[in-house]
Amino acid sequence: METLAGIDYPTLWFLVVGGLFSGYAILDGFDFGAGAWHLFFNQEKSRRLALNAIGPVWDGNEVWLVIGGGALFAGFPVMYATLLSGMYIPFMLFLMFIIFRAVSIEFRSKEEMAWWRKMWDISYSVSSIVLPFLLGIVLGNVLLGLPIGENFEYEGGGFFTFLNPFALMVGTSTLALMMSHGAIYLLLKTEGRMYAKLTVLLKKGMIFFMVSFGITSLYTLIYIPHLSDTFRNQPVLFIVPLLVFLSIANVPRLSSKKKYGQAFFFSSLTISLLLVLVAIELYPNLLVSTLDPQYTITVYNAAASDKSLGIMLTFAAIGTPLVIGYTTFVYLTFRGKVKIDEMSY
Amino acid sequence: MDVEILSRIQFAFTIAFHYIYPPLSIGLGLIMVIMESLYLKTGNKEYELLAKFWTRIFALTFGIGVATGIVMEFEFGTNWATYSRYVGDVFGSALAAEGIFAFALESGFLGVLLFGWNRVKPWVHWVATMGVFLGSMFSAVWIVIANSWQQTPAGFHVVGEGMEARAEITDFWEMVFNPSSMDRLIHTWQGAFLAGAFLVLSVHAYYLRKGRFVEISKKAFRIALVVATIFSLSQLVSGHSSANGVAENQPAKLAAFEGHFEASAPGDMYLFGWVDKESQQVWGIKIPGGLSFLLDYRFDTPVTGLNAFAERDRPSQINAVFQFYHIMISIGMFLIALTLFACYKWYRGDLFETKWLLWVFSFSVILPQVANQVGWYAAEMGRQPWVVYGLLRTSDALSKSVTENQVLFSLIMFFFIYTLLLLLFLYLLNKKIKHGPYDEEEDNDLPFQREVAQSFSNPK
Ligand code: HDD
Ligand code: HEM
Ligand code: HEM
Repeated sequence: METLAGIDYPTLWFLVVGGLFSGYAILDGFDFGAGAWHLFFNQEKSRRLALNAIGPVWDGNEVWLVIGGGALFAGFPVMYATLLSGMYIPFMLFLMFIIFRAVSIEFRSKEEMAWWRKMWDISYSVSSIVLPFLLGIVLGNVLLGLPIGENFEYEGGGFFTFLNPFALMVGTSTLALMMSHGAIYLLLKTEGRMYAKLTVLLKKGMIFFMVSFGITSLYTLIYIPHLSDTFRNQPVLFIVPLLVFLSIANVPRLSSKKKYGQAFFFSSLTISLLLVLVAIELYPNLLVSTLDPQYTITVYNAAASDKSLGIMLTFAAIGTPLVIGYTTFVYLTFRGKVKIDEMSY
Repeated sequence: MDVEILSRIQFAFTIAFHYIYPPLSIGLGLIMVIMESLYLKTGNKEYELLAKFWTRIFALTFGIGVATGIVMEFEFGTNWATYSRYVGDVFGSALAAEGIFAFALESGFLGVLLFGWNRVKPWVHWVATMGVFLGSMFSAVWIVIANSWQQTPAGFHVVGEGMEARAEITDFWEMVFNPSSMDRLIHTWQGAFLAGAFLVLSVHAYYLRKGRFVEISKKAFRIALVVATIFSLSQLVSGHSSANGVAENQPAKLAAFEGHFEASAPGDMYLFGWVDKESQQVWGIKIPGGLSFLLDYRFDTPVTGLNAFAERDRPSQINAVFQFYHIMISIGMFLIALTLFACYKWYRGDLFETKWLLWVFSFSVILPQVANQVGWYAAEMGRQPWVVYGLLRTSDALSKSVTENQVLFSLIMFFFIYTLLLLLFLYLLNKKIKHGPYDEEEDNDLPFQREVAQSFSNPK
């Protein structure tokens, strides 16, 4: 098996996919979060400000989903096929809401009528709430493992098999995390009354997150002990949950000092660290079979050939600086508080 | 209905709907780049106004293109799991390249293109427009390469057997330059340029008929006419080249294009016709030996016909493939005639006085759209029963775990969402067109003064 710096290709690609997913969660996370609060803003002007705060960037953020999905497909075709066909209904709902969300952002400002705008406001906000929730549900199912049988086919059947208490808890925590993340982003982009209102909303968001995250963690420790096996076997890794805890604690501390730039950094760090935690809990498995360990999908039995992974690692090496380059350019062009002009939403 | 039929309907429906928008985005991108370049070069504000107007329409097509594109990427996994496991190793790298090199470029600069008019210098804005345009061209590159690999696989070997079989890549460049990819890429690009150019022609022909925005409409019309003429002509060349490739690599498909049954005999070329599968007859007007001539410049060269293939190895919907193919070609020929005639009128100097011609242009926007759609239907249905030609059958490519009810649910869901999307799209497009490039109540030259005044009041 080919290696680079002592790490084999499938593991490297696992890291790449993880990096892309956490980039996606941080970026689309703040605009999901901003959208989830949308109906809490009562005035037309605040709603427009909130939309234009994500206006020039949300589409670029969504591309991380496209790239992350493509990277999973390309690097671990078996995982992609089994996960998506097994979680058919959640993914179809995800598609429905992601379309509605894009359309609401585009179409809301195209007419002046109050009912028109209200309709799109509701559809925008509801989809922004449902999407992170669905992602959390899928994540919850991945953590639990799925009934996978011969040829790595999902054997759960049924319409609603994706719903279980743990998945719902992870879904709720994901939503809560995105909501406080989004509130911090909006604080960076707004001023005046809207800013004042957001400071209150942010507090609520943080409490929502702490409570739901606390419950989920307790439930995991008590009812799903195998997820913490890795930590029991390699106690040094306990550093990661510790870092998660410190990072989470920094968010309210910095927010109370109105240092929202730094708070945003720690909020983003929290998201990445939580995903690192997930990665440690899973690796080298990707999807545990609850039927028979021989059908468990791992980074090795799901990986594309070394040849293919090698090609894509080259792509990633060339592409990443480019992507970072123009992403930075866009964020610099639109830095500072939102202004509304003739081309705005 | 079973999972296979439902999944096929769903894939065909979602991708055909998606494919309404990418050609418009790519084609309008080209026109916007030309308009902005002219603005930079001449400093004439009219070009800027045009570029801004078309950017607003572009935002609409692009937005729906993005929203509907993600669907198919997911469908590979949700509905075609066996296919995904089979092709992932080969096909995945093309999709990954698309994401990293194309989509990121596109949507990275999109924000600046749409919202940056007053924030960046004109040349920086031009760079952003160019970035979005190139990004959309690149995304066509990788997706068409991936699809062409399915049509004419190359640069791989098969490992494993039965349900375990997978294609593994052996040579990346051979995969990229598989026998059909370059012909089809050029053909698809040009089809997209035509879709964009004809939308511009249609809208400005409408203004010219109504006597609105006359001066700038003439400018826009000329730009789009040049683009449309060049690519109508070159589309014939790339289409011909594609047909030669199909003859070589997918003989069963070519036979279906022309309804040619006899295993080995000279092939006829039909202007139009109707295929009767039972009697193996085609009723219509033909050039005897025309197909042979097209491939070999001789009227009597034998062409492999459908009967050379076992029933289970050839497409079942022959008449449909035949019709789709012939509609595309008829449209191609009509576009050539139309654009050449308009150029002649332009040369004569009475292009904009010829009302009936402007009427024809107003309605012809639909033609490249139809040609793009039916071109794909012909190419994809002609490939059946294979999803990867000669290697993987469509009926084996399904997700085994997905049930009929699930697919029925998602199919109905997409049907409702897309109907709504289409209605909204048409409504808003119509509204933007009715409004036009600037507010008419004011004098024709007022908008420029207003913009100048604005740029003084908030310097950037
Ligand atoms: C000829 C070009 C072409 C073709 C054949 C396709 N697409 Fe497409 N696609 C584009 C050209 C394009 C584009 C021009 O790049 C889009 C469309 C509208 C847009 O404005 O970007 C786009 C958007 C788009 C997006 C959203 C990208 C984003 O977020 O920016 C995805 C995920 C896909 N497409 C995926 C697909 C898949 C899986 C296809 C086939 C099965 C497909 N497209 C056919
Ligand atoms: C990478 C690109 C593409 C892939 C991987 C792909 C793959 C597939 C698959 C899996 C099916 C379902 C099985 C079948 O019925 O053939 C299909 C059918 C179809 N695809 Fe494609 N396709 C691609 C591009 C396109 C594009 C761009 C179009 C344009 C509209 C298109 C149009 C169709 C149509 C019309 C069908 C239905 C054919 C039928 O049911 O007989 N495809 N394709
Ligand atoms: C003028 C004469 C034309 C000829 C001889 C021609 C020929 C062909 C052939 C042979 C194919 C099938 C390629 C394959 O299956 O691999 C094809 C596909 C296609 N055609 Fe045309 N075509 C013509 C005009 C047009 C026009 C005017 C448009 C659109 C504006 C168009 C759009 C397409 C598209 C989108 C496809 C599917 C993609 C592909 O397979 O390349 N064609 N054409």
